[in-house]
Amino acid sequence: MLIELERRKQPSRTMLYLTPVIAVLSTMFAGAVIFTLIGHDGIGAVREIFITPLIDPYKWQDLGIKAAPLILIACGLAFGFRANVWNIGAEGQYVIGGLAGTGIALATWGMEGWWILPLMCLAGMVGGALYAAIPAFLKTRLQVNEILSSLMLTYVSIQLLYYLMRGPWKDPDGFNFPQTRLFTDSQILPEIIPGTIVHLGVPLALIIVLIAWIVLDKSVFGFQIRVVGAAPAAARYGGFSAKKTIWAAMLIGGGFAGLAGIFEAAGPFGQMVPQFPTGYGFTAIIVAFLGRLHPIGIILAGIILAVSYVGGEIAQTSLGLPNAAAGIFQAMMLFFLLATDILVRYRLKFSSTVTSGDAS
Amino acid sequence: MNDTILISILMTIVGASTPILLAAIGELIVEKSGVLNLGIEGMMLIGAVTGFAVATTTGQPVLAILVAMLAAMAASFLFGYLTLTLTANQVATGLALTIFGIGLSSLMGESYVGKTTEVFGSWFPSGLAEHPQLRVIFGYSPIVYFSLIMTVAVSYFLRKTRAGLILRAVGESDISAHSIGYSVIGVRYAAVLFGGAMAGIAGCYYSLVLTPLWSEELTAGRGWIALALVVFSAWRPGRLLLGAYLFGAVMTLELHAKAAGFSYVAPEMLAAMPYLATIAVLALISLKKSGASAAPACLTKPFKPNA
Repeated sequence: MLIELERRKQPSRTMLYLTPVIAVLSTMFAGAVIFTLIGHDGIGAVREIFITPLIDPYKWQDLGIKAAPLILIACGLAFGFRANVWNIGAEGQYVIGGLAGTGIALATWGMEGWWILPLMCLAGMVGGALYAAIPAFLKTRLQVNEILSSLMLTYVSIQLLYYLMRGPWKDPDGFNFPQTRLFTDSQILPEIIPGTIVHLGVPLALIIVLIAWIVLDKSVFGFQIRVVGAAPAAARYGGFSAKKTIWAAMLIGGGFAGLAGIFEAAGPFGQMVPQFPTGYGFTAIIVAFLGRLHPIGIILAGIILAVSYVGGEIAQTSLGLPNAAAGIFQAMMLFFLLATDILVRYRLKFSSTVTSGDAS
Repeated sequence: MNDTILISILMTIVGASTPILLAAIGELIVEKSGVLNLGIEGMMLIGAVTGFAVATTTGQPVLAILVAMLAAMAASFLFGYLTLTLTANQVATGLALTIFGIGLSSLMGESYVGKTTEVFGSWFPSGLAEHPQLRVIFGYSPIVYFSLIMTVAVSYFLRKTRAGLILRAVGESDISAHSIGYSVIGVRYAAVLFGGAMAGIAGCYYSLVLTPLWSEELTAGRGWIALALVVFSAWRPGRLLLGAYLFGAVMTLELHAKAAGFSYVAPEMLAAMPYLATIAVLALISLKKSGASAAPACLTKPFKPNA
């Protein structure tokens, strides 16, 4: 029997929503096979990574604080990806956002007041947006490929972080450890559910994503973003400026990533440390794709990726899998999604070997 | 400066430059065909771990390098299948390949952490390879000479051969290349597999020559430096060679600066230099745009023959 691909007249909406589910299920299956082949408990690994975090209520708070930054960053990136603007330096914008907010925190250290925390968040957002403005400027003025420039800037930002931690921003009472002072109570995002680690950044991230959804779906600006990405020529005729769209997409992507950065610094970390870049900016790209560049899809995808993070930690202690095992599952989800993507535009046609024999 | 110190610094620079040169020369061919593979780091790690596993179990470094090459090529085939046959997004696929390679290599290498293998050293007689001065020429692993030969070969291939011309045509204008009867997808597959092979050997250089051991994320982000290097070189093999040794020198200086507590330039500034220099070169290329030195026109654009 042969399988042929036949182009659909219109992309299939069913497949558009079904393929992410197929991708996750295929990942669980293939993951079990791969881990068994390498000599681990394959089924156990899939259970610990995908199921345990969901059925153990104690892990839900971990899911929340891991999903929030992923969802926030991915949502910002989705604006760009829809407009064909490939900002893949969200990790760098996340770091700079965290650093900008930390700068405010260190400057206001020892002070008290309700205004400190909002100022930190504003600084984070502006910091991330300004850092994304560099590739936007290079792209619009000099046609420099934004994929390459934003990626390079990520590594520059990490070195800047190391420099600040080792030198100027080092905690003077910190026994020479390369990290900043602990933020004070006025500089830390409060817990919203007492007794848990769920901080104010989690609901804020969700609210921002929902606002983004409304903007993307209902406003002229959202329409412009989609048109520039899907039909650049039509966008030009319609009077939509490609340059303005690039600027908007980059600033939103950078701003959201920067905000996620300061939420992390003022949330789970409570200070700035060299271990701050945890790869959320890169994982968020998987989230954006898995969520089909749609805010609601991104929320679901963010939770799935958060499950794999938390599950990876569980499997590390219970099965002794290396920390990077979760990465295998995360990458496979994207592989399977990209592979099944073709089902959105093409239809599988099954034909028996007898009839396909005459096809030269 | 003392001779011995100078020679050992020079040799350290060669050691730091060789793997990024190899990986970059592979990626150069990939990008010349119009494909951007961001999975270099992942393919290098897969090469590094498989090569190390074969070397420790068989004691055959050449076999180890061949296996590493094949393993990394398998990874690049996966990339090729997704991006070329299924026309998936190249940026996303490449990133996924890097994340996948980091995870898979950590998992496969678990039982090899802490083991060492014999250094895959010079094939020249010890009279030359260990000579106090001449070792600066003869004292390297065969991979070093291989990287130089490959650079010359790729330069020749791109400029003087018909196949090289076809490769460039496919990268600059896929539709025209297709209409005069060349297989765009076939050429791109070949380029992607070559990129995988080079990345695999580059990875091996870390686990068999430089360290020689296996630890998680052994290549420490050098795959991204290799990517930067391709852009820095403006897609030209000659400049790529110069750039590789320049980046290698900066990375060596960074290590020495860190060790010596050198206080004039922050080591972090040196570490950021290759990336900053690459952005500067990108901007400069566009400023004096003649068209000839810029990125291949079809970079990251998918191609579907019947579309």
